[in-house]
Amino acid sequence: MENRILLVAELGPDGHLKSSLRSLLTAAKFLKGDIDVLVWGGDTTSAVVEAQHLPGIRQVLNGSGPTLADGLAEMLCALVRPLARQYTHILTAATTIGKNWMPRLAALEDVAMVSDIVGVESSDTFIRPIYAGSIWATVCCPEPLKLMTVRTTAFPGTEGEGRDPVPVENLPCPAALLQSTRIAVQAHVQEGRPSLENARVVVSGGRGLGSAEHYEALLGPLADELNAALGASRAAVDLGYASNDVQVGQTGKVVAPDLYIAIGISGAIQHLAGMQTSRVIVAINKDPDAPIFAVADYGLVGDLNVLVPELTAALRK
Amino acid sequence: MKILVPVKRVLDYTIKARAKADGSGVELAGLKMSLNPFDEIALEAAIRLKEVGQATEVVALSCGDAMVQEGLRTALALGADRALWVSSTEELQPLSVAKLLHAVVLREIPTLVICGKQAIDDDANQTGQMLAALLNWGQATNAAEIQVGEGRVDVVRETDGGTETLRLILPAVITTDLRLNEPRYATLPNIMKARKKPIETLTPEELGVTVEPRLKTLRVQEPPQRPAGVKVDSIATLLARLKNEAKVI
Ligand SMILES: Cc1cc2nc3c(=O)[nH]c(=O)nc-3n(C[C@H](O)[C@H](O)[C@H](O)COP(=O)(O)OP(=O)(O)OC[C@H]3O[C@@H](n4cnc5c(N)ncnc54)[C@H](O)[C@@H]3O)c2cc1C
Ligand SMILES: Nc1ncnc2c1ncn2[C@@H]1O[C@H](COP(=O)(O)O)[C@@H](O)[C@H]1O
Repeated sequence: MENRILLVAELGPDGHLKSSLRSLLTAAKFLKGDIDVLVWGGDTTSAVVEAQHLPGIRQVLNGSGPTLADGLAEMLCALVRPLARQYTHILTAATTIGKNWMPRLAALEDVAMVSDIVGVESSDTFIRPIYAGSIWATVCCPEPLKLMTVRTTAFPGTEGEGRDPVPVENLPCPAALLQSTRIAVQAHVQEGRPSLENARVVVSGGRGLGSAEHYEALLGPLADELNAALGASRAAVDLGYASNDVQVGQTGKVVAPDLYIAIGISGAIQHLAGMQTSRVIVAINKDPDAPIFAVADYGLVGDLNVLVPELTAALRK
Repeated sequence: MKILVPVKRVLDYTIKARAKADGSGVELAGLKMSLNPFDEIALEAAIRLKEVGQATEVVALSCGDAMVQEGLRTALALGADRALWVSSTEELQPLSVAKLLHAVVLREIPTLVICGKQAIDDDANQTGQMLAALLNWGQATNAAEIQVGEGRVDVVRETDGGTETLRLILPAVITTDLRLNEPRYATLPNIMKARKKPIETLTPEELGVTVEPRLKTLRVQEPPQRPAGVKVDSIATLLARLKNEAKVI
């Protein structure tokens, strides 16, 4: 049987498609079948056109309207549910949005769901990390409708453009539900820096930085020199050195940049869960036995207050 | 207002899980088990709402084999008023747990259910959302702040882009993130008292729920390990290596 696959996209704050969709496309290619892309949001005008040019897809579904602007789980379920059974697989990125609505849809459709896949073995067998990534489980999902969130760092994005724009089908915008409403948003942007999800280099700081001032004063210039995003351990976020959305780890973001520099981070398993598939890892820590050194390609033992400014200065030259 | 807090007993977060040699499962024998950290946070949130007079009763609930009663004892020691055990030796996947919770909610009629955002063993992050769906209640996951008002609750939730505040009409389901609060420790007298408190027992049959696992774990294994790295002795060496060997800068 030919699979029918739906990829549910996400838009960035700028209204453009997030690059995570190209990773979903790569995951979907392993499943073999027709691929549709659903774009949703308050205003999807530019994202729909971008989606139409993706390689290897059949059509774009467009769900646009005021009730979809906030990405509420209840609304996304109302949008996707009427179409769900036309598909054998629905995939979305394992973001705070995807993790929010997809399990809700699964329960409404009475199907089990597979979270955070990092590999596709066949059209019903997937690999997913459990226990903070210490273990990988190979899971068979026999449901007629397979719902999955995808860890996009595990699937390099499909490059290129399709030859001709594919057709677009407009979906009715669901009516407002009263269960929940968004009453405030506090967006955090790293001024002038790439986002954690897309950065080629990530400079991450932990409790060893000692204060919010140090975090910014030591890591900021280094990040600027490397055009890197700033990340943090949970301890650094809890202590107020960095904002919650840059926490890397089991319960924060999973990143896999070309270069990850861990500074004053001990390397607890929950932190490693979010960065250990980075291509190259550098650790700076004064404790030669810190567990971070077990995953670091290059380790530097010493005081970060000395080493980090030295590193920044050396890069400037 | 009654609050229901579902709690799971999991491998303690300080212990690195290992796969059994034959790949059939995770090695748990003899290892320290604890309440899921997110569930401790959920309990703490519920107990604080009771302490400020916004909640009248906190009911802890755990589904699983006889061992999960240990987790319920901890919940009682921390301040839950009652404990419910849904007894089952079946492998309970999130959809099954959500159905059991749904059935319990229909009996207990809580105004708020506070779950953990994810169990740190299966890392599924599904159950709370599934429960909200079955109940047709609103949901707010990853809560960093909870404020209960008249007929509603405002929840600041952590998102990939920062935070946002949702207003939910009660009843509702909330799942907790790490920064919601710092859970208290159980005192020895309370632990002793909790030993004597009754735990009410229910079964999936009584609740009219089939708990058959739908997903089948074919095997588990430890992921590919990174090859051991090297320690370098200076910034200059580090930069040289990053340039010439790793070619990342
Ligand atoms: C359920 C759960 C989920 C969690 N999720 C996450 C998560 O997603 N992400 C995460 O990061 N953590 C998470 N944690 C927390 C995790 O267990 C660790 O507590 C945390 O990662 C520690 O942060 P840290 O390395 O910054 O601090 P510490 O462990 O305190 O390490 C600080 C390091 O700095 C070094 N240092 C100190 N001063 C200097 C100096 N002057 N120069 C050089 N080095 C110095 C020390 O040697 C030490 O190694 C979670 C925990 C739980 C229970
Ligand atoms: N067996 C269980 N008994 C009670 N609550 C559970 C159980 N499994 C999961 N939960 C609840 O659901 C949350 C999310 O779990 P999960 O969806 O498995 O990641 C947990 O933090 C608990 O609050």
